[in-house]
Amino acid sequence: MTMLNRTGLLAAAACFFALALPASAQTLRYANQGNLTSLDPYTLKESTTIAHHAHIYEGLVARDKDLKIVPALAESWETLDPRHWRFHLRKGVKFHNGDPFTADDVIFSAERVRSKGSNFLSNVPPDAKFVKVDDHTVDVMLDTPNPILTSQWDSWFIMGKKWCEENNSAAPTPASATTPSYASLHENGTGPFIIDVHQPGVKTVFKANPTWWGKPEHNLKEIVFTPIGSAATRVAALLSGEVDVIEPVPIQDIDRVNSSGSATVLTGPELRTIFLGMDQNRDELLYSNVKGKNPFKDTRVREAFYKAVDVELIKTRVMRGLSTPSALMIAPQLFALSKDFTRAKPDAAAAKKLLADAGYPDGFEVTMDCPNDRYVNDAAICQAVVGMLARIGVKVDLLAQPKAQYFAKVLKPGGFKTSFFMLGWTPSSGDSHNVLHDIMGCGNDPADATRGEANLGGYCNKELDALADKVLIETDTAKRDQMIKQAFEIGIKDYAYIPLHQQALAWGVSKKVKLTQRADNQVMLYWATKQE
Amino acid sequence: MTEMLAPDGLDPATPRAGWAARALDSDVFYAFRRSPLAIGAAIVTLAFFAVAIFAPLLAVQNPFDPAQLELLNSRIPPLWSADGQAPFLLGSDEQGRDVLSAILYGLRISLLVGVLGVGLAAAIGIVLGLVAGYFGGVIDTVIMRIADVQLTFPAILIALMIDGVVKSALSNRLDERTMLAVLVLSIGLSFWVQYARTVRGSVMVERTKDYVAAAQLIGLPSWTIMRRHVLPNAMGPVLVIATINLALAILTEATLSFLGSGMPETMPSLGTLIRIGNNYLFSGEWWVIAFPGLALATLILAINLLGDWLRDALNPKLR
Repeated sequence: MTMLNRTGLLAAAACFFALALPASAQTLRYANQGNLTSLDPYTLKESTTIAHHAHIYEGLVARDKDLKIVPALAESWETLDPRHWRFHLRKGVKFHNGDPFTADDVIFSAERVRSKGSNFLSNVPPDAKFVKVDDHTVDVMLDTPNPILTSQWDSWFIMGKKWCEENNSAAPTPASATTPSYASLHENGTGPFIIDVHQPGVKTVFKANPTWWGKPEHNLKEIVFTPIGSAATRVAALLSGEVDVIEPVPIQDIDRVNSSGSATVLTGPELRTIFLGMDQNRDELLYSNVKGKNPFKDTRVREAFYKAVDVELIKTRVMRGLSTPSALMIAPQLFALSKDFTRAKPDAAAAKKLLADAGYPDGFEVTMDCPNDRYVNDAAICQAVVGMLARIGVKVDLLAQPKAQYFAKVLKPGGFKTSFFMLGWTPSSGDSHNVLHDIMGCGNDPADATRGEANLGGYCNKELDALADKVLIETDTAKRDQMIKQAFEIGIKDYAYIPLHQQALAWGVSKKVKLTQRADNQVMLYWATKQE
Repeated sequence: MTEMLAPDGLDPATPRAGWAARALDSDVFYAFRRSPLAIGAAIVTLAFFAVAIFAPLLAVQNPFDPAQLELLNSRIPPLWSADGQAPFLLGSDEQGRDVLSAILYGLRISLLVGVLGVGLAAAIGIVLGLVAGYFGGVIDTVIMRIADVQLTFPAILIALMIDGVVKSALSNRLDERTMLAVLVLSIGLSFWVQYARTVRGSVMVERTKDYVAAAQLIGLPSWTIMRRHVLPNAMGPVLVIATINLALAILTEATLSFLGSGMPETMPSLGTLIRIGNNYLFSGEWWVIAFPGLALATLILAINLLGDWLRDALNPKLR
């Protein structure tokens, strides 16, 4: 009798739970080559990290599958005049801890993202004044018109004022922080997923947010993220079904994954430009045997480096054909006049002569900083560059390290501690102005503190800055493109950077999973569906 | 060399020949001559040391010199396969590094780290073991409890920890030479316990013998007694441990490098080569990992066989 009763109860319970959960709710397992270190959305402006954060936090705006700006926490906005924007906030939105989302949170986040330690200083212009009109309306006043004001707000995530202040996290956590803050270990966003478990370097579990304001496109109950640094292990995990999505697929394994029958590789051109940069700012390099002067201040030395690097060889040998050598610091998809530029041919003899003219006939020594888990074949590219520079007599000590240490050292919060480095950049606005302003603009500009925020080498040309300022407010596309072209020509003439290539996107996706690949290489799993 | 090979007693005048003759005449050498396994292992081990020492003469390129690497020569399969190319006998890796040359140069790093690491471990262990065994009491207790605590952790864990601490202390100023020193240090500090315990045991036995008492009576300082009289009688077991530990130290270095905290990719040891090759293991480029792996396995096997034999040869109960 009791036995029967118990079975009946169990059956009833089973029915109840089967009804309570959608039958198709799935666990999606995702592996990336890099780690998710901090949950503080203002710590590290890096696509992979931003993509992780986009599952838990939301901005006033978002980007859709085609990278178009669409409403998110702001339902709509209007420009009352070119210097006065009004944002109507979405009503009924709650943070994960239950706090309601209001105008105060937007004003708080606008302050926090522009405070010391934030890596997103240039996402919100310093002259923008945020004014609360009512609980769900915010006005933004600008000193100068800015037609692309919201273009970088998809990665400016809104945080709860009350939660940050209660948890001693009102100030952003800098990437160079040695002890994690509360906000870097916990989250309180409004997004479609909630962090359930976060063990940096081990795994992070995102649970679907049942009270999210939007209508989910995914059918997931949770996302389990695991960093897998070893390329071979990552591929093996995908092929064995241990994970469902990996990014990136090492290019030597693309054919193998495609012929496996259980997974496919989504490929496409990426908008990211990979480039080399040199410290042109300090009077003496931090890491070099040249003392008392900085060889990179001499344009001839930079030109010599440029001419020593053979991007075509890197393409065929290191990238196995899956890269687009670039003359510009921006992807051709993002700038209409890109076709007007061609990259100068490599010429080791000319490079040697330039070095000799600059006073370094026997070359010199310099340390190169390079990530080893960020871009496709990053450490291998750096090694190839080391070999090419060795041929013109420059001895490069290669310091290849995981991105957490790398970014903490070379970015602004770490004090730009690098002499020679490799970096990748996707303009978060999808526009050339971001490149001219953030990575080619002069640092320490008293009028614009965020200029040159990611200009690690401190390249500076006032002429280029003046053009960038005109580009920002110009509305005539043809005229604007001409100005951008002029500005890029200045950068090329100065050998501000050594652009290498745009890498190819390569995501490994199990055949059970459908997802959308965005050209900015942000893996947005809230668009993913997984079959039983 | 010729003196070493001279037959017994031909030249008893010079002390070196006398030393060589004594060695050739010893029980150990007699046992060695009668063990084909030991002879084989010794030949293989010596061959590895020899090719490592003469690597610059044998290798077709210096894989540590980026100027000698040509990207155009990358990913060439071994010479005997269809796409093989001279002079890349065992093929080349993604950077155009000749695999055979990389193994020869990598061996130098592996053996150097192994020998220096074992040397450091033995030095620390012998000194602490001597002191503990000779003086006893509180000194003995302190040293041996530290040793006991360390024994509860696997050596590789300690090596990883030391490696991590030193690297974060030195932060970003790590060139290849410092990396080498860090490896030696972490191996030295994680392997000393065995030496200390062995030496202490032998010393405690020797300490009570009459010759020590005699030496103390004529007023020799403790340090001299330890060094000149006690230590030589405790060295047999140390030699055995050192041989077996050499294999362990090389493996530890390979493991550390495989895990990415050892030698950098621009100056690869065997472990680093295996780590690089691991990325291509399933992608058809098997030679990048197979040959360094084979070299490492052979070397470890040979040293281990030699160590095993030496342990048996020095064990009076097995004679």
